Amino acid sequence: MSAVEASTAEKGPNPVASWVRLFASECRLVLTRRRNIAGLGVLSAVPILIAVAVKIWGVGGGGPSFVDSITANGLFVALAALAVELPLFLPLAVSWISGDAIAGEANLGTLRYLLAVPVGRTRLLTVKYASLVFFSLCATLLVAVVGGLIGSILFGTGSMFLLSGNTISFGATVLRLLLVCCYLAAGFAALGAIGLFVSTLTEQPIGATVATVLINVGMFVLDTINQLDWLHPYLLTHWWMSFGDLLRSPIYTGDLSRGLLTALAYAIVFWLAAWARFRAKDVTS
Amino acid sequence: MPRGSVYGFLGPNGSGKTTTIRMLLGLIQPTSGIPTVLGEPIPQRVAYALPKVGSLVEGPAFHPYLSGRRNLVRLDAADPRASRRTAGKRIDAALERVGLMPAADKNYRAYSLGMRQRLAIAGALLQPRELLILDEPTNGLDPQGTREVRHLVSDLADDGATVLISSHLLSEVEQICSHVGVMHAGKLLAQGTLAELRAQTAPTVRLETSDPQTAITIMKRLGLKDPRSERTGDHHQISAGLGTVEVSAIVPALVAGDVPVLGFRAAAQSLEDVFVGLTGEGFDVSG
Repeated sequence: MSAVEASTAEKGPNPVASWVRLFASECRLVLTRRRNIAGLGVLSAVPILIAVAVKIWGVGGGGPSFVDSITANGLFVALAALAVELPLFLPLAVSWISGDAIAGEANLGTLRYLLAVPVGRTRLLTVKYASLVFFSLCATLLVAVVGGLIGSILFGTGSMFLLSGNTISFGATVLRLLLVCCYLAAGFAALGAIGLFVSTLTEQPIGATVATVLINVGMFVLDTINQLDWLHPYLLTHWWMSFGDLLRSPIYTGDLSRGLLTALAYAIVFWLAAWARFRAKDVTS
Repeated sequence: MPRGSVYGFLGPNGSGKTTTIRMLLGLIQPTSGIPTVLGEPIPQRVAYALPKVGSLVEGPAFHPYLSGRRNLVRLDAADPRASRRTAGKRIDAALERVGLMPAADKNYRAYSLGMRQRLAIAGALLQPRELLILDEPTNGLDPQGTREVRHLVSDLADDGATVLISSHLLSEVEQICSHVGVMHAGKLLAQGTLAELRAQTAPTVRLETSDPQTAITIMKRLGLKDPRSERTGDHHQISAGLGTVEVSAIVPALVAGDVPVLGFRAAAQSLEDVFVGLTGEGFDVSG
């Protein structure tokens, strides 16, 4: 190496640019991995399935929320798909990626090389979590976009009837849909923080994923037990179905802001727990 | 470890070599004491010390579904001091240096063990380093690869880098290291230059002859210590400690006593003798 290279290497780029570089590398790693692409494929198959089923057999009574409205406005496919994937598919995807975040690297042994670079433990944890937030948003948007597209193709779009009975324009509908995605992604990102914490406890990514899924399902189960209604407002998943409030006019913000606050609290607590655990962890894999 | 030295870090399996290396890299916390690397306490000042350290710890580990080059890009992106602008050039130079260029764009999972080992060494060479910590660098390499690693290590040392090589291949350490440390059961038993270590143990003489009885009698009379005979093929090999006896006096005395001298050698003990002398003959790993 020449002396010139050595001096530029020593000065280095600014911390923000290098953080962004690692974040981009992390996102590329997650989004180009074949099994993750397959997982995203499954997520986007659900809206297609719903749209095709309604097109062929029509809306029966009952079924998942929003399905009844699909024939009036194709964009409802996106909402129906999100509602269907909310309890398991989307949380499973987030659990999968977050459980893999640290445990996966530990399992491969790449964690020791990252730390020896040195990547910085706190820095690595911020990048890992930022990529989980990004993935949560991507996965949610993917379902919505695929649903919106297939719905528009099969059923056309028009002005949208809101739950409160008003109608809004196509543009306003897309905006509302975007807000729904952001709201849900915030909830999934909080679940991602739980997954990240669990991931620092083990070297088995599958174990971390399963544990995170169990926590998610456990919260849904607790939410159905009426005797525990005092506990419900503190459950992360309790607020997820409130995304329907974004489809009222005016938007009913009470539950939504409670939901966002709960997600934020979970994210902070579990990220800090992950940090406390990972900061002094002996890496022996 | 003196700067600029090539330090061979020896010890039987389970003696604590890799544990020591993990401590130096801040991967695990010592139960007591504070290790220092390039004068910086670890793990408190890991961020200052480790950028100057390239390392290979307990075998290569990379993402199997990424190519060798993309794995290096990933490692480089993790380095807060690495510039993206020079990344391509530095990565190519590192790949070139370990001879991995032709396979740079193959998936890591398709690499042989030797190629994986080379990629890990390339990862340690992405930046100019003051210290290289190489844990079993020639593990799984073919003879050409082993030679290349040897050349690489001496090149790096010539450039002024200090190199720590942990290994249990004594002949390899003997060939490339200037200094040696021997670990056993978690303790550093001895360290110093190769010559110093060898000097700690007495030199020996080896004699090949077809008349062991007479030879042993004469050797005892000369004052050689503890001559022992061992049958090798058609004749016997006798080894004995030299003690204070003048080497040049031995063969004439043997010839005068009509002992057929088929071969004679006086030498410092091999590193293997030193090693076994320090760590014992036992085959069991230290618990």
